[in-house]
Amino acid sequence: MKRMAQKWMAVWMMLVTGWGLVGFAGEARALEYIDINNPFLKKMPIAVPVFKVQSGEEAHLKIAQEGADQLARTLDFTGFFKILDRDAFLEDPQRMGIVTPRIRFNNWTAVGAELLVTGGLDISGEALSVELRLYDTFKGRLLVGKRYRGAKADLKEIIRRFCDEIIYSLTGKHGIFTSRIAFVSSGTGNKEIYVCDFDGGNIRQLTRTKAITLSPAWSTDGLWMAYTSYVNGKPDLFIWNLKDKRKFKVAHKGLNITPAWRPFKAELAATFSWTGDQEIYLLTATGKTIKRLTRSRGIDVSPSWSPDGKKIAFVSKRSGTPQVYIMDVDSRQVRRLTYYGRHNTQPAWSPTGDRIAYTSLEKGVTNIFVVDVEGKAPVQLTHRSGDNESPTWSPDGNLIAFSSTREGPSRIYVMTALGTDQRRLLTLSGDQTNPAWSPRNKGE
Amino acid sequence: MKRMWIIVALFLVAPGLLFTVSCAKKKVVSEPGISEADKAAAEKAREEELARQRALEEQRLKEEEAMRKKLAEERARFENEDIYFEFDSATLLPMAQEILKKKAQYLKANPKLSVVIEGHCDERGTNEYNLALGDRRAKSAMQFLIDLGIPASRMTAISYGEERPVDPGHNEEAWAKNRRAHFVIE
Repeated sequence: MKRMAQKWMAVWMMLVTGWGLVGFAGEARALEYIDINNPFLKKMPIAVPVFKVQSGEEAHLKIAQEGADQLARTLDFTGFFKILDRDAFLEDPQRMGIVTPRIRFNNWTAVGAELLVTGGLDISGEALSVELRLYDTFKGRLLVGKRYRGAKADLKEIIRRFCDEIIYSLTGKHGIFTSRIAFVSSGTGNKEIYVCDFDGGNIRQLTRTKAITLSPAWSTDGLWMAYTSYVNGKPDLFIWNLKDKRKFKVAHKGLNITPAWRPFKAELAATFSWTGDQEIYLLTATGKTIKRLTRSRGIDVSPSWSPDGKKIAFVSKRSGTPQVYIMDVDSRQVRRLTYYGRHNTQPAWSPTGDRIAYTSLEKGVTNIFVVDVEGKAPVQLTHRSGDNESPTWSPDGNLIAFSSTREGPSRIYVMTALGTDQRRLLTLSGDQTNPAWSPRNKGE
Repeated sequence: MKRMWIIVALFLVAPGLLFTVSCAKKKVVSEPGISEADKAAAEKAREEELARQRALEEQRLKEEEAMRKKLAEERARFENEDIYFEFDSATLLPMAQEILKKKAQYLKANPKLSVVIEGHCDERGTNEYNLALGDRRAKSAMQFLIDLGIPASRMTAISYGEERPVDPGHNEEAWAKNRRAHFVIE
C-alpha cells in the first residue's frame, strides 16, 4: 500500500509539470455540449484518431494505437458519446494536423464528428510526452488542451486524467475515471470483497475471511471501508482503514449489518438488533454508538445518506410491507417515499441529491427503479432480465452499477441513470453481488 | 505386671481357639463330600453364573447403546426438524408451534444443552433485508421457547438471511424449504 502511494506521488509530480496548452480564450460553456439534466438524450459523435507519433517508429505507433483505443473506450463508458468508426475517417492520423490552424475541420464534420480528440506522442527511451486536445469541429475551436510528461508506464493514467478534463469541459463536472467499484464475489467458495477500477479492470481481492462477507461501504474520502462478515460465526461489522490497515469490530448480539458512511463526517449508520428489534444507529468511525435513529417495531434496515449528510433513506416494514422512508437525522422526522409496489428495498441516494434508486420485488422478480426525493414518478430501469439488485451510483450521478442474474449467475452490470446502455462490467467465476461505487478519488 | 501379661495372652489366644473350632467343623463337613461329580457341578454352576453375568452385562450395554441411540435420535430430530415460514413473514405457523413445543420438551429434558437458532430466507428480496427478516424468524422461534420456560441464556439467534439455502433451486418448492429456522446444539 505504501509503495502504491509512493508510485502515485511520482505520477503526480510528473503530471504537475504538464501545463495547459494554448490560451483558453475560446473555451466554451459546458451546457452547450452535454445537457447534464438529460445527458443521454443524444450521444455526442466524437472522433478519436490514433495519436500522431513524432518518431514514426513501429513500436511507438503501437503505443499510440493502444492509447487512443483506451481513450475511446473510457469516453464510451460514460454513455455520453458515440465513438466514430476510424475506417470512415478522411484523414491519415500520422499526417493530419493536430493543432488548430492545421486541422481540416471540414474533413471531420464530413464524417459526422462534432468533437475531435487529437493526440501527439513523443517517446524517447522510457520518457514520454503527450499532447492531448479536444476540439469542437463545427466551431473549429479548442475546448481543452493539455501536455503531460511521464514514464511510458504512466500513459494509462495520463489518458484517464485527460478524459476527466474532457468530461469537465463538456459537463462542468468531474468524471468518474479515478473511482473504483467494490463488490462481493463467491469465486473462492466463500463470499469475499473485491475491488476493480471504474471500468471493471484491475480486479483485486480485498478480504480473505473464508466466511460470508457482505455489504462493502466506502467512506466519502475513499480511505475506509465498512462491511459485514461472519468470520466469527455471526454477522459482525468491520470498519477498515484501507491505507494503514487499522480495523475496528462491532459485534453486538444479533445483527451488525448495512453500514453507510455519512458524507463529510467520520460517522456511519448501520443496523443492529441487540434490543431484539432491527434498528438503525448512528456510529463513530470506530464503531461506537452515538445514538439510535429509528424507533419503530419491526424491521428497519439499509440506510443510505443524502449527499448533504442530513437525511437517510432506509427500509422499514412499519406499514406492513418493506418500503423506503426518509428520515431527517437531527429531528428524526420520517416520511414514506415509496407507495408503488409491495416490496421496495435497498435505497441508494444519488450523489446529485435529487433522486433515489431502489429495488422492487414484483411477481417474483426484482427490478431497479429510480424515484425523485418527493416520491413522485418512479421509473423502472430494468425489465425482463432476471433479478436486478443493489443499485449504486457513480460519483457523478450519471451511471448506476447493479447486480443481475440476466445471464444466469449473478454478475455486475452498469447502465446510465436513465437505464440505457446496460452492459456487463466484468466476468469472474462464482456470483458477483453487492456493488458499491467509490467516491471520486481526489488524487490521494 | 504378670497379671497383665496373662490378660493380654488370653485376649490373643481365645479368638484363635474359636477359629480352630470353626475350621475343624468345616473340615468335618466338606472333606469327605468331595467327589468328581461335585467338582463338575460346581464348575458348571460357576460357568452358569459367569454366563449370567455376561448376559446381564450385554443386556446393560445393549440398553446403554439403545439409550445412546435414542438420545442421538432425539438430538438429531431436534437438529434436523426445521420450522418453516411464509414469504416475508416471521409469524409462527401452527405446525411450527407444534414442533417448537417438542423442542422445548427436549431442552427441558436436557438442561445442560445450549442451542443456536438460525434464521434463513429464500432468495427473493434483497440480501440486506433478508438478513433482517432471518433475524426476526430466529427471534420469533426463540421467544416462543422462552414463553415455554426455556431460559434465554441457553439460546442464541443468528440470521443467515438468504446466504445458506438448503435447496439451491429457483422455484416455489425450493423457496418453501429455504424459509426456515434451523436448530443446532452447541
